[in-house]
Amino acid sequence: MMARPVFMRILLLLPLLLMGGAALAQTRAPMAALAPADAPLVTDLSAHLIAITSSFTGTELLLFGSIDEPGEIVVVVRGPPGSTVVRRKDEVAGIWLNRRSLRFDGVPAYYAVSSTRPLDEIASPTLLNRLQIGAESLRFRPASDREDPQQYRAAVLRLKEQAGLYREELGVVFLGSKLFRAEISFPSTVAVGTYRAEVYLIRDDRVIAAQSTPLFVDKQGLEQEIFDYSRREPAIYGFIAVLLAVSAGWLAALLFRR
Amino acid sequence: MQIYLPIAELSVNIWLILGLGGVVGYLSGLFGVGGGFLLTPLLIFIGVPPAVAVATSANQVVAASVSGVYAHWRRANVDFRMGGVLLVGGLVGSALGGLLFSYLKQRGQIDLVISLSYVLILGGVGFLMAQESLRSLLRKPQPGVPPRRIRRFHDHPLLRALPFKMRFRKSQLYISALLPLVLGTVVGVMAAIMGVGAGFLLVPAMIYLLGMPAAVVVGTSLFQIIFVTANVTMFHAIATQTVDVMLALLLLVGSVVGAQYGARHGTKLRGEQMRGLLALLVLGVAVALVVEMVLPPAEQFSFEPAVTGGVR
Repeated sequence: MMARPVFMRILLLLPLLLMGGAALAQTRAPMAALAPADAPLVTDLSAHLIAITSSFTGTELLLFGSIDEPGEIVVVVRGPPGSTVVRRKDEVAGIWLNRRSLRFDGVPAYYAVSSTRPLDEIASPTLLNRLQIGAESLRFRPASDREDPQQYRAAVLRLKEQAGLYREELGVVFLGSKLFRAEISFPSTVAVGTYRAEVYLIRDDRVIAAQSTPLFVDKQGLEQEIFDYSRREPAIYGFIAVLLAVSAGWLAALLFRR
Repeated sequence: MQIYLPIAELSVNIWLILGLGGVVGYLSGLFGVGGGFLLTPLLIFIGVPPAVAVATSANQVVAASVSGVYAHWRRANVDFRMGGVLLVGGLVGSALGGLLFSYLKQRGQIDLVISLSYVLILGGVGFLMAQESLRSLLRKPQPGVPPRRIRRFHDHPLLRALPFKMRFRKSQLYISALLPLVLGTVVGVMAAIMGVGAGFLLVPAMIYLLGMPAAVVVGTSLFQIIFVTANVTMFHAIATQTVDVMLALLLLVGSVVGAQYGARHGTKLRGEQMRGLLALLVLGVAVALVVEMVLPPAEQFSFEPAVTGGVR
């Protein structure tokens, strides 16, 4: 519901940016009335729902916005938190097998950061840590005490990055001095749930403005029905799977009978 | 063309899955085995989570066995009584195996057990088959030598002394029901853990252990595999929720077509050649698995996808 007015505002702003000073000064007053004076940052997403259908192969969303004050832009997209078990393989009698494991709670299923400049040039580690900007500053904790959680933690970040589920990019591009855009990629293995897209306007190691928009990832159509059914009525689902196999096998035998 | 698998939760190429089903179906038609032992590792190889690969392979073997048993049933080559006893054992075994699977999955050792079972069983069966077919291939040029009598395990006095004797008319046997019962149980456990019908294990066991005539072996083994793999599918659907019907359906279509071509080409091969080729195939899979277990992994860590939403 929020999408439309904001999008309209962006559309209206676009020609203004291209116009000369006088015209701009004249039309700017009514525009300022539309956008609250204390909102130096206005953003939105190209879509608020990622629908996983049978043809889903991953997708890209466009986040766009405009600023009224100078500064650097950082975009953070966080997936729903969950538990992850990390296992370490060790050699036992010449065979590599899973020996030790550590569970982490509150690990975001997906995490993407995009910014105008490298994060360490935009803000101090203190600020980045406080806002959990950058995968390194994510605060997920091991579920049990262990003397060496650091290597397991590093493995989570590394494996998530390899799977395309954690990403860090310099993907925020300014069009002129006020309008910016960033593309955010989601691989086909993206988890369902409620995501949050956060946009920070940062200057002199201080957050000037911030905005947060929800984003939903959900299976739809046949995919959702199959998945839901397998969870809601597992026995009937299994029975149908067997029945399907039996009838397919029988049909094949009849069709190819010589 | 890509399709998203709702349970495996990844997007795969439809033609790749159809092709995979086709290749496995071709080989199973050619050699008369279910093909599950090839399918599970191949699915894991293309990125399907191991648990989903096992459960879905079981579902696909149901179809392959139904298709195969039909032909044998029409030629009256199914010993339903023997199949029934094997089946009772098989159902017990697959329930036990399913529990074991859930337990190992919790412990994070399921990958190891699946790999080890594969290596040991494929290696063992492959080696025995290779030995046997090599011997018969080498023996061929000397027609004067009488075939060496195979020492049959089922003739052993200890086995003959077992109680609960039953008459199996079609197999022309009068043996203790405990033998097929135990055999069925062992195969059931394998089926649940490895996601295979274990036909490549059951068939030799029925010949050498039970002493069944070769003609009824394949049909009877397929008959009991239908029920065991159906049971495994049910178990996984309920306990681990890892049966992907979308994946199974794609595999089915491919394998049904492949199996027909395989069966057609199979008739052109000599018995020993066929067994020799199957032995090579089985050994090849086993060697590949050993190499993977012995070589230091490129990545020492692995993680399970986070459990987040589920049903809302």
